[in-house]
Amino acid sequence: MKEFALIFRLNDISDFKPSPEQMQERMNWLSGIAAQNKLADKGNTLLPSPDSAKTVRPDNVVTDGPYTEIKEFIAGYIVVKVETIEEAVEIAKANPIFKIGGNIEVREILKRD
Amino acid sequence: MQEGLPAHNELLPHLFRQEYAKMTAVLCRHFGLKHIEIAEDIASETFLKASEHWAINGIPNNPTAWLYTVAKNKTKDYFKHIAVFETQIKQALKSGEIDSEQGFEFSHQHLADSQLAMIFAVCNPTNSTESQICLALQILCGFSVEEITNAFLTKTETIKKRLHRARTNLRNDDFQIKALSETEIKLRLDTVLKTLYLLFNEGYFSKTNNQVIRKELCSEAVRLALFLTENPLTDTPQTNALLALMCFQSSRLEARTNDKGETILFDKQDKTLWDKSLIEKGNYYFVNACSGNELSKYHLEAGIAYWHTTSTDENKWQHILELYNQLILMEYSPVTAMNRTFAFAKVHGCEKAIPEAEKLNLTESNYYHELLGYLYADNDIDKAIDHYEQAIKLTKSKTEKQTLTKEIERLNKKKSNG
Repeated sequence: MKEFALIFRLNDISDFKPSPEQMQERMNWLSGIAAQNKLADKGNTLLPSPDSAKTVRPDNVVTDGPYTEIKEFIAGYIVVKVETIEEAVEIAKANPIFKIGGNIEVREILKRD
Repeated sequence: MQEGLPAHNELLPHLFRQEYAKMTAVLCRHFGLKHIEIAEDIASETFLKASEHWAINGIPNNPTAWLYTVAKNKTKDYFKHIAVFETQIKQALKSGEIDSEQGFEFSHQHLADSQLAMIFAVCNPTNSTESQICLALQILCGFSVEEITNAFLTKTETIKKRLHRARTNLRNDDFQIKALSETEIKLRLDTVLKTLYLLFNEGYFSKTNNQVIRKELCSEAVRLALFLTENPLTDTPQTNALLALMCFQSSRLEARTNDKGETILFDKQDKTLWDKSLIEKGNYYFVNACSGNELSKYHLEAGIAYWHTTSTDENKWQHILELYNQLILMEYSPVTAMNRTFAFAKVHGCEKAIPEAEKLNLTESNYYHELLGYLYADNDIDKAIDHYEQAIKLTKSKTEKQTLTKEIERLNKKKSNG
């Protein structure tokens, strides 16, 4: 069994606050993974607003928010446990994020001992 | 004095259940868990004497007081015997752990404390869950080995072995039945609640068709959970949530099986058979359970059971699905996964639920095939029948095989007509 992080990215900060319907769709998707016993960690949401997100750069330069040049930002992540990366990709494909122009990065996790 | 044997025959088993467990708990507190057999012997002898004495002389006015007087005397005799034994054989037996007879009483408070201590001693996390339930039934509920065997539909030998192992663990565990501290209660309450939850489920989803046994298991679990709510140390939101769950589920006990012991699916139950007073009790404990910020799986399950008691709300299945979603995220179990998929089908339709169900891939479970049979019934009769046939092969329950066979016949008829 391998573990993969599914990292959710959104394009527009206005998409960050989901409607109740979108919330439900997400919950159904997440619970569907748990129902297959493939959810290793239900992960967390990463808040993108200036009060909650800063980026620290060399020479003590601190900027607001998670993004500068590109608008795209990370909205959260979960961790799944599956046999292959293909399986993790299949799980990701069913996420409703694509309806609002987001994307999902799938990354195998190498655990630090 | 009451006359006649029939009353005596009915009263004794009932009293036995109620008092045997309590009496053993009190005696055990006295003797220590290592000597649980002595406590049980005295309790058994007391009931034996009652059955003999009452058959001839009728039932005394206060049967419970009668029983405790006899038990007290038997205990005194036992200590006298030990004393003689010790002086004559120069204390070959170490009696240091056994309390002297002073302070030994069957008062209400003492009874309650002893029972609570016994519950916590029996629900020992080192025992397997099956053993815990067996032990709880024997020690806390006064069930005989035969009754436990019937409840589990297994061999007497298996139950005896389970009990033997569990009792050895119980004796070896240093659990101090005398001084049950707040810390100990906090440490073990989860295990205690889980055992009661399993005990209830054993009755509610029992493999046996014997309705009497089923109801007894459920009502014993309710009795013990109720007992926990009466002590401030164990009257937690979780305990209340568990009790609410049991009340909601129990309210449908009459409606969920027919007179042949066959299970009636939820949709086809006669709702007038639902016990309204139990639903109200469930509501009461559920409100208590929600007094804090705690959210346990018992809260979620009680929430689901609550929605099942309402038949009109149009968003009912949406609520149930949301609760199942939370439950599966809290703790994976195949049963929760399948129930969630059923709720999903109720909200989003069978067609959309089929891929969700197939992803679960629980091919060894008869319920998995029953679920798929149900989901395919309107879309693909051949597949539905195929799944029902696999379910028949996998289930051990006779009545379930019959129910499924009927369903296949219905589908075959539908196919030839359609």
